[in-house]
Amino acid sequence: MTDEATTTSGAQAGTPVLRLSGITKRFGPLVANNAISFALGRGEVVALLGENGAGKTTLMNILFGHYVADEGTVEVFGDRLPPGDPHAALEAGIGMVHQHFTLADNMTVLENIALGTQPVWSLRLDRGRARARIAELSADFGLAVDPGRLVSALSVGERQRVEILKALYRDARILILDEPTAVLTPAETEALFATLRMLVAKGLSIIFISHKLNEVMAVSDRVLVLRGGRLAGERATAGTTRQELAALMVGREVAPPQPAPVEPGAVLARLSGVSLRSDAGRLDDVTLDLRGGEIVGLAGVSGNGQAALAALLAGMVAPASGSLEIGGRPVTSWTPRAALAAGVGRIPENRHAVGTIGDMSVAENVISERYRDARFSSRGFLDWSAARGFAQSIVDAYDVKCPSPDARIRLLSGGNMQKLILGRALDPDPSLILANQPTRGLDVGAVSYVHERLLEARGRGAAILLISEDLDEILTLSDRIVVMSRGRLSAPSARGERSVAELGELMAGHGLDAGERGHAA
Amino acid sequence: MRLEPKPSPTMVETLAYPAGAVLVTVLFASLLVLAAGASPFSVIYLVAKGAAGSQFALVETLTRATPLIFTGLAVAVAFRAKLWNIGAEAQLYIGAVMTIVLGTGALPLPAPILIPLIMIAAMAAGALLLLGPAALKVRFGVDEVVTTLLLNFIVLLFVSLLLEGPLKDPMGLGWPQTKKVIAEAQLPRLIQGKRLHFGFVIALAAAAATWVIMKKTVFGYEMRAVGHNPEAARFAGMPVNRILMKTALLSGGLAALAGFSEVAGLKGNLTLDLSPGYGYTGIVVAMLALLNPLGVVIAAIFVAGIFVGADAMSRAAGVPSYIADVMVATALLTMVVAVMLTRFRVRWR
Repeated sequence: MTDEATTTSGAQAGTPVLRLSGITKRFGPLVANNAISFALGRGEVVALLGENGAGKTTLMNILFGHYVADEGTVEVFGDRLPPGDPHAALEAGIGMVHQHFTLADNMTVLENIALGTQPVWSLRLDRGRARARIAELSADFGLAVDPGRLVSALSVGERQRVEILKALYRDARILILDEPTAVLTPAETEALFATLRMLVAKGLSIIFISHKLNEVMAVSDRVLVLRGGRLAGERATAGTTRQELAALMVGREVAPPQPAPVEPGAVLARLSGVSLRSDAGRLDDVTLDLRGGEIVGLAGVSGNGQAALAALLAGMVAPASGSLEIGGRPVTSWTPRAALAAGVGRIPENRHAVGTIGDMSVAENVISERYRDARFSSRGFLDWSAARGFAQSIVDAYDVKCPSPDARIRLLSGGNMQKLILGRALDPDPSLILANQPTRGLDVGAVSYVHERLLEARGRGAAILLISEDLDEILTLSDRIVVMSRGRLSAPSARGERSVAELGELMAGHGLDAGERGHAA
Repeated sequence: MRLEPKPSPTMVETLAYPAGAVLVTVLFASLLVLAAGASPFSVIYLVAKGAAGSQFALVETLTRATPLIFTGLAVAVAFRAKLWNIGAEAQLYIGAVMTIVLGTGALPLPAPILIPLIMIAAMAAGALLLLGPAALKVRFGVDEVVTTLLLNFIVLLFVSLLLEGPLKDPMGLGWPQTKKVIAEAQLPRLIQGKRLHFGFVIALAAAAATWVIMKKTVFGYEMRAVGHNPEAARFAGMPVNRILMKTALLSGGLAALAGFSEVAGLKGNLTLDLSPGYGYTGIVVAMLALLNPLGVVIAAIFVAGIFVGADAMSRAAGVPSYIADVMVATALLTMVVAVMLTRFRVRWR
């Protein structure tokens, strides 16, 4: 292992370790990858940038042998990789860290790392050797993690380190990271970047998949931009700008939203000392006011109680203690239907599992919250022409790309699905809007569309709670920001009052002791 | 081999795959016939002729299809809401018991009043029988596959007890059977002197009504929503548990009609061999019909035809009529594969 390949200059550093030539993959009429070619140099970090549906995941699945390309070849260290064989990809030294971890929770770090590296018929692990190897790798790359601990006891950042160790343990020379920062705090992201720099210093090559421009700018040597299945551009990171990359990604110039300041109105929802436990997580003495004409951004690392707060506002759970007031009146029997009746518009976190019913049509989905209204049914019979008409009006008003109101919603892209959910939630002009991860996984165009609509609703005087793991989104849109950590809420801060570093501290759970604990005005 | 999802199937595909499934079923059965030492062509011809080759055959097939339409509808409705009702057999028997209790002279009413009354009572009994497992499911998360399946045996033993005790026909020479229903409780025959009875018309009406419920009503919409994605249904404010209970009532009631129709239309009395497993075959019928109420009618006639045809064939060709069970089972498996092929593309590498 030499250190000569530590160049971080623009293009082709070192010799190509990986070469993709003319990769084309079709799914029916859809061309997911269209003649994509690129080479990855030794000790180089290449960022693969693109909107959702641009073909990033398909390309990586081909590279890793999950899909077979219709045309084109993959060469690793000059040898052609047999198509459709994940095992061959592993053997050739390609390691992949998926966005969703593939670890067994009930096993230790050591077992997880060594799993599958020994023949299945060997009765026991050679723990001593495995432990020594892991210790060596941990020390070399700054991936501190105790091999004896159960994975279920680890934080998200630690689990990611285990995933990386797993790949290194198998002698990966090329590491693919799929949206690795989606689940990390800003501090953990910095630590990950430091590790990546150490890895390339040791001669590994990295493909970094992301749609976050600032991270791509921070960590990569070279950026490949995919758009609509094609390679839209290739830039040396040092010689490009965020604006240029964004334009390449979307195919046009994108301007960030500029919310005009508004005078907050009356308190439309008030949580006082709410505690609860639910499947979605736990809330601990949460106090928060949501005012008309104001967007409150809730930042936090995933799994810290945001889902519980969202479930509460959506009517899925009732407070165990404390009180929830909507429109000045404390709620009594609190169900999804009661929440809808109280004027809460809900955009759920998971549009596939919760927001829509995939095997039902667009029309059937858009009426799912209102089908009992006289508008859509009478005497137990549904008025399908009214439902279709309503669906068509949302399709038109929200610029949804869908063949017809009778199409199964499963066939729509995430962005179009989200627009339908947005239309369904905003149609009755709700006074309170719960927007839980409203832009997760959406492309830049759809993101700015969702943002515009939310700002429009804010302009109409709606109170909006925006829950997001994307700190940039929170910072851009929110009039006030609160941070959630382990079920507790920080005191709110006005736009620009706290720095990213300060918010990161709060997200990591520091400074949320009894004295500082949130009591929003 | 790997599966890749495909965009929505074309019209040709939706028709070609089920047709292919039937073809594969026939080919597979032919192999078994060859193994049994007969000619596949003559056997298939004999099955088809035995099922539909004469008025007698056709009448017999439709008579046999009648209870299968009811149990098929019961299963289709429940499965649509992902309520796994394996207990249509028990609900059928409870419906038959109700028919005997009310139809053997307890209520001296004219037929136009008595028959609807018995139908309602039979449906109520079947509905209540499925309500228990449904309540246990929504309340305590008890698996309804287990409870409904086991209820089949409990109810069959209960019927056996009734046949040896309170409902035993005193004139029955000691056989475990009930009295015959009175003339006012009998369903008329559709053709003079043939076994096909008015129950077949009720079955067709039930299929049409079920189709309307599933497609046009708020309840049908809720049922489908809960079946496809209960999480999303709950989020949208649908009362998921109440919908499941209502589905159980409808499903149990439909299955009970099978028992009513067999007793009041065909057998006249209740014995322990009233149903040769119509409740279980109803599951096959519903799956073959892809849970579509109108498809249930076609699937029930198809399955009944194979059984009736195989009986006739075995008498003529000497091949055991068990071939019918094999064919129905094969049809179910090939149909499942056909449905999968309309949604996924298979890639070999």
